[in-house]
Amino acid sequence: MSAHLIRGGRLVDPSQGLDEELDLLLEDGVVARLGAGLEPPPGAAVTDARGLVVTPGLIDVHVHLREPGHEYKETVESGLMAAAAGGFTAVACMPNTEPVNDNRSVTEHVLRQAARHPYARVHPIGAISKGQKGEELAEFGEMVAAGVVAVSDDGWPVKNAHLMRRALEYARHFDLTVIQHAEDLELTGDGVMHEGEWSTRLGLPGIPGAAEDVMVARDLLLAELTGGRYHVAHLSTGHSLELVREARRRGVRVSCEVTPHHLLLSDRAVAEQSFSSHTKMKPPLRSQHDVEALLAGLADGTVDAIASDHAPHHPDEKDVQFSAAPFGIVGLETTVSLCLDRLVHGGVIPLPRLIELLSTGPARVLGLPGGSLAPGQVADVTLLDLERRITVDPTTFRSKGRNTPFAGWTLRGAPAATFLAGRPVTLP
Amino acid sequence: MSEPTWRRKDLLGIAPLSAEEITLVLDTAESFLEIAERPIKKVPTLRGKSVLNLFFEASTRTRSSFELAEKRLSADSLNFSSGSSALVKGESLIDTARNLQAMAPDLLVVRHQHPGVPHLLAERVEAGVINAGDGAHEHPTQALLDALTIRRHKGRIAGLKVAIVGDVAHSRVVRSNVHLLAKLGASVTVAGPRTMMPVAADSLGVTVCYDLEEALEGADVVMMLRAQLERHRRALFPSVRDYFRLFGLSRARLARAQEDVIVMHPGPMNRGVEIASEVADGPGSVILEQVANGVAVRMAVLYLLAAAQGGGE
Ligand SMILES: [Zn+2]
Repeated sequence: MSAHLIRGGRLVDPSQGLDEELDLLLEDGVVARLGAGLEPPPGAAVTDARGLVVTPGLIDVHVHLREPGHEYKETVESGLMAAAAGGFTAVACMPNTEPVNDNRSVTEHVLRQAARHPYARVHPIGAISKGQKGEELAEFGEMVAAGVVAVSDDGWPVKNAHLMRRALEYARHFDLTVIQHAEDLELTGDGVMHEGEWSTRLGLPGIPGAAEDVMVARDLLLAELTGGRYHVAHLSTGHSLELVREARRRGVRVSCEVTPHHLLLSDRAVAEQSFSSHTKMKPPLRSQHDVEALLAGLADGTVDAIASDHAPHHPDEKDVQFSAAPFGIVGLETTVSLCLDRLVHGGVIPLPRLIELLSTGPARVLGLPGGSLAPGQVADVTLLDLERRITVDPTTFRSKGRNTPFAGWTLRGAPAATFLAGRPVTLP
Repeated sequence: MSEPTWRRKDLLGIAPLSAEEITLVLDTAESFLEIAERPIKKVPTLRGKSVLNLFFEASTRTRSSFELAEKRLSADSLNFSSGSSALVKGESLIDTARNLQAMAPDLLVVRHQHPGVPHLLAERVEAGVINAGDGAHEHPTQALLDALTIRRHKGRIAGLKVAIVGDVAHSRVVRSNVHLLAKLGASVTVAGPRTMMPVAADSLGVTVCYDLEEALEGADVVMMLRAQLERHRRALFPSVRDYFRLFGLSRARLARAQEDVIVMHPGPMNRGVEIASEVADGPGSVILEQVANGVAVRMAVLYLLAAAQGGGE
């Protein structure tokens, strides 16, 4: 038997509507008790959390761990260290590896690697279609048996409406959420940034917001037709958010995530950072109007989760001209500080809502363990220091990726520690 | 009164320049125009300076114009074009920059098909960088030579009505010209097919119009853009015939402009597509003068950048 008492912190747990000073006793990998003035049982370890916030372990439902196949960009090991350093106790990893996670053996491989590096939990996401080719459904049943928690062809939007319909239908047998990277690639064409004022000024080919909106609109109709669970990955436009809001009112089972970069940066950043490839990702940084719509979506409850879309690339791949660089930035080690500084201290949302977006919401969307500190729940816990000031320094990242547009930002608030199954996580 | 001076290491675009800097380049170019009239068209101004012309994208005209300008200033130039050994396919731009830096050039003239490449090189090399066209972003020396041409004909730029017509979305010439003309006080109308207009064209501070005749009304200057219909794999325009019907400049249409209108084109022209021969070779056409002015403007830019580095004669 193992026990750990986290004492004296401000406990914020949106799943129970708690925001007060409470002690938290973890025993045998689960939450044992919550209460004021708890005494440690004999032999229990004690963490003094005075001045810190205690929350259910944070969960990032959209990361790319790159293994197998692209270990030069990231490995399960480096990705999980980055997760722990960033305050996360669990991540859901996308299947666009090499080979693609479209079958049981790849899922098992990822989970085996994760078990060797227990810095955070890994929840693999399986492919919707074999090879992410958008032609035939992958074996959801086999993958679920191996541990997959959702399906997505992230990076390769499901273009074929019939296949999407069948995926939503078939996924219901396993109560799986179907996650879509919503983008009409014909509308994207050779686009590399948001189509708007700044693409006009910079002469870069644009990706219209409609490239996302048309696919979200179609998918919502298909989700309604099938009764399937549909989740919009990295939703980036005001129109898509409005479509989600409206579909939910009709009873469609839809959820959505947004990324910190789409909340905090607009397409202007491409010009401000003088064509830096660290401002290039998909979906692209959108207009200020979209940014404001997403912020409103956080506040009014439309958005279910904040996810980083952590997409590490090798520095050699990113240190090229804008048009030639791959899409994507890292996020595991910046998300918490960005959100605490800009969203909570910045007055956009209160702290409990942020914890909902980073823990309770993600757990609910994918049906994952955690997201709550109610007795009996897994003892995954994150401690936050709301006042610590940090400066984003990519050279200190645990991730192999250094590709972030936030380098040099000074932020107030940072993760302080994580606990996994009741034990403090320590990084080598 | 203090003389205006040039302090920039690079010329990456018109957008960052002040009206005073633009005027300085134009005035300097005027003085170089005079050299072209001499029997021996060469001055020792840049003797001992080395200039690398890096053309990742083919452009015979712009490259020749820069080369001629460099020769007339007695600079040592070296040409690298796509396909030559120095610009190896697959080598990263950063490695190319490091290699170039090792040659310790004084100036780099860069043409690339993608926006931002001259900016990236400028960050990584000590040499001054001149943007000779980056994708659909900027082509500052083209805008400067256009301005010089306009000024020599009209005596001013402020208050003129300028119409720029054609494939606005894919034109670097438009962006540089729009910035320059706005800074010097002209009013600019851009016109073209809706499929070739950037979504936020009005944010450039111009009047946007989709009708050629409306755009020509009362214009002092008309700039036609090259319609690269063949380059667009994505359906932007059904045919050359339809293009000329809507946006081709004929003499009849030009009659809507001012009587002393001048007609410009950055070249190379597609006769019968965006411009009829009767206009291209007609009385208001200043297209060949643009070419001559291009050499003088490029001499001015090379001279000012080299002088800013110190050691210029
Ligand atoms: Zn994606």
